[in-house]
Amino acid sequence: MRELVVISGKGGTGKTSIVASFAVLARNKILADCDVDAADLHLLLQPKIQHRQIFKSGKQASIRQEDCLGCGLCRDICRFEAVKELAPSPIRACPVFSIDPISCEGCGVCVEFCPQKAVDFLEKTGGEWFISDTRCGPMVHARLGAAEENSGKLVSLVRTQAGKMAGEKGLDLIIIDGSPGIGCPVIASITGADLVLVVTEPTVSGEHDFKRVISLTRHFRIPTALCVNKYDLNPSQTDLIEQQACEKQVIMAGRIHYDEQVTYAQVKGKAIVECEESLAGKDIRALWQKLEPFIRNVPQEKYNFLHGDDYARKNL
Amino acid sequence: MIIAVASGKGGTGKTTIATNLVLSLEGSVRLLDCDVEEPNAHLFLKPRIESTTSIGIPVPCVDELRCTACGKCGQICQYSAIVALKTKPLTFPELCHGCGGCARICPSGAITEVSREIGTLEKGRSGNVEFVHGRLKIGEAMSPPLIRAVKKYIRQEGATIIDAPPGTSCPVIATVKDSDFVILVTEPTPFGLNDLMLAVEMIRELGTPFGVLINRADLGDDRVRDYCRAQGIQVLLEISNDRKIAEAYSKGILMIEVRPGLIDTFRELYARIGDIVSSGGSKGLPYSSEKGEI
Amino acid sequence: MKIVITSSGEAMDSQVDPRFGRAKTLILFDTETGLHQVVDNTQNLNAAQGAGIQAAEHVSRLGAQCLITGHCGPKAFRTLQAAGIKVIIGAEGTVTEAIENFRAGQYTTAEAADVDGHWM
Repeated sequence: MRELVVISGKGGTGKTSIVASFAVLARNKILADCDVDAADLHLLLQPKIQHRQIFKSGKQASIRQEDCLGCGLCRDICRFEAVKELAPSPIRACPVFSIDPISCEGCGVCVEFCPQKAVDFLEKTGGEWFISDTRCGPMVHARLGAAEENSGKLVSLVRTQAGKMAGEKGLDLIIIDGSPGIGCPVIASITGADLVLVVTEPTVSGEHDFKRVISLTRHFRIPTALCVNKYDLNPSQTDLIEQQACEKQVIMAGRIHYDEQVTYAQVKGKAIVECEESLAGKDIRALWQKLEPFIRNVPQEKYNFLHGDDYARKNL
Repeated sequence: MIIAVASGKGGTGKTTIATNLVLSLEGSVRLLDCDVEEPNAHLFLKPRIESTTSIGIPVPCVDELRCTACGKCGQICQYSAIVALKTKPLTFPELCHGCGGCARICPSGAITEVSREIGTLEKGRSGNVEFVHGRLKIGEAMSPPLIRAVKKYIRQEGATIIDAPPGTSCPVIATVKDSDFVILVTEPTPFGLNDLMLAVEMIRELGTPFGVLINRADLGDDRVRDYCRAQGIQVLLEISNDRKIAEAYSKGILMIEVRPGLIDTFRELYARIGDIVSSGGSKGLPYSSEKGEI
Repeated sequence: MKIVITSSGEAMDSQVDPRFGRAKTLILFDTETGLHQVVDNTQNLNAAQGAGIQAAEHVSRLGAQCLITGHCGPKAFRTLQAAGIKVIIGAEGTVTEAIENFRAGQYTTAEAADVDGHWM
């Protein structure tokens, strides 16, 4: 079983559009939408939910105001500025404190040290995850609750469930739609993957962010491939990015033309490769043709940390 | 006034709007780039960097001679960052959130806190604009502590424009919290609409006044406008899809350099936001749409 | 001595669960008495982070001296090592088969983790 993760560093480079097309082209696979706080893949694949489950993200502190004596110790020791002082009520002379649920990181320190034991520590529901069917096969996805946190944990959960289902259904490939950035949700989606595909754009921002995301994949020793999307908007910037990629032993997977058809396809709720012949569609098919044999043939020494780069260099 | 520029979807134009807005304003202005994972504002502002500071979070350090292996540190930790087996505690600093619980609870004073670097903070100037950004160390998972360090440079006088990361979860919340106003930048496509709705839900949880800016306004369809109208959300400005601006952007050139007429547009935008904030927020204002100069 | 085997079910003929941190069940087996105990490991499935570390703590609290599983991440490995617990990875087949292999001295102790952690 192999895992391909599509990330970008910079947002808006076209990850989800490309993953949707891969979903149409690839056989025997399961999809995982790990962009849990701004998931879009479902807009192109129209999943039918078969199973849903609540996601418990962690714990949250909550002050029982009737027991609060207003000493303010919680505010003094909270490292996350999550304790607010409320105006004293008419019946009580002392101030009363309250925890801001959005700032609370669930560390439990106020719970432990409150002299009145007036702080409850409750499990929080952070969102939901789903197992669905699509016209391209099964899909695992999730929705983080509004203003919720611990997206890394939800990403891990989506990935683990996808792995489990792949095992049960005898599927040999997991295609993961990742999120922008380089922080915890991205790390949670790439560790242990067989191949990361970085999708970037030919701009100075794209180049800057690409360099950081490559440093991340190298840090985790994961073979990395590059695709420059909308490359014809700035061919010289494209060349510059690809040159830097070569120097870092990143595989050149392909280039995709800028094509307004991609937006029209999105409006229709379809992957670009499902619509009539288009430049971008043709480029994505070529991209998949190049990537697929590579992913499927990566030696199952997935657990050999050092193997990835050498294999990539010799084989593509 | 403190204005955060956010979006749900990445790539809608947050950095573009934040940088061009701040450079259109006069007086005491600053830009804080809180997208510490992938900061881009400096590519356009091209500030002269005056100082670089290492930013760390406090993580436990155990003095094994004092430790009695009582296990209390392991019990209080919610993150498995300190684990107390029958032997002396084991620490996993990369999982530590810096809450200080273990150091506080240790009855033998065996735990002190040391700083673990999570990134750097750079400060500088570009013309009249003060500039601060954070760069998260590669491999670090948590950005909020670094974002909070950048936000320490917020000042009440003049304008503080904050460039937020994409998404709707903890880094974005840490960034936009306590702002006077949030501009949500979107594009009129299905992905743009979907992520805008998620961002709106998030901002409404925070209770901050906000408005929408539609970038690349002639792409896609009308669903974003319909949604804003139905929700009573004010569309502050629409900027058309302009090839000249896109090419300039790809080279790190500001929008206002190729379309100087936009300077007035941004000044008017700032003034309008000022009116909304001083009149107590934009909740329930009727739908209206100002078209940009292009 | 007491050993722990990660299991995908409660029966002794269940397959060894290749994961450690998020395995649903642990079988605690005493090589001297031949008795075994089925231990629930599901609290780790809900762990905010550090599932592997908590599973390792769990194994330590059970008094086991050896863990048999499929794969073990670096944080779990470090925790087990600190607790003086030997780690055997790469085990396949049923729990009963794993125990037989162990008793026959077929396994070698791991020197290091064999998979990347999931960061948490």
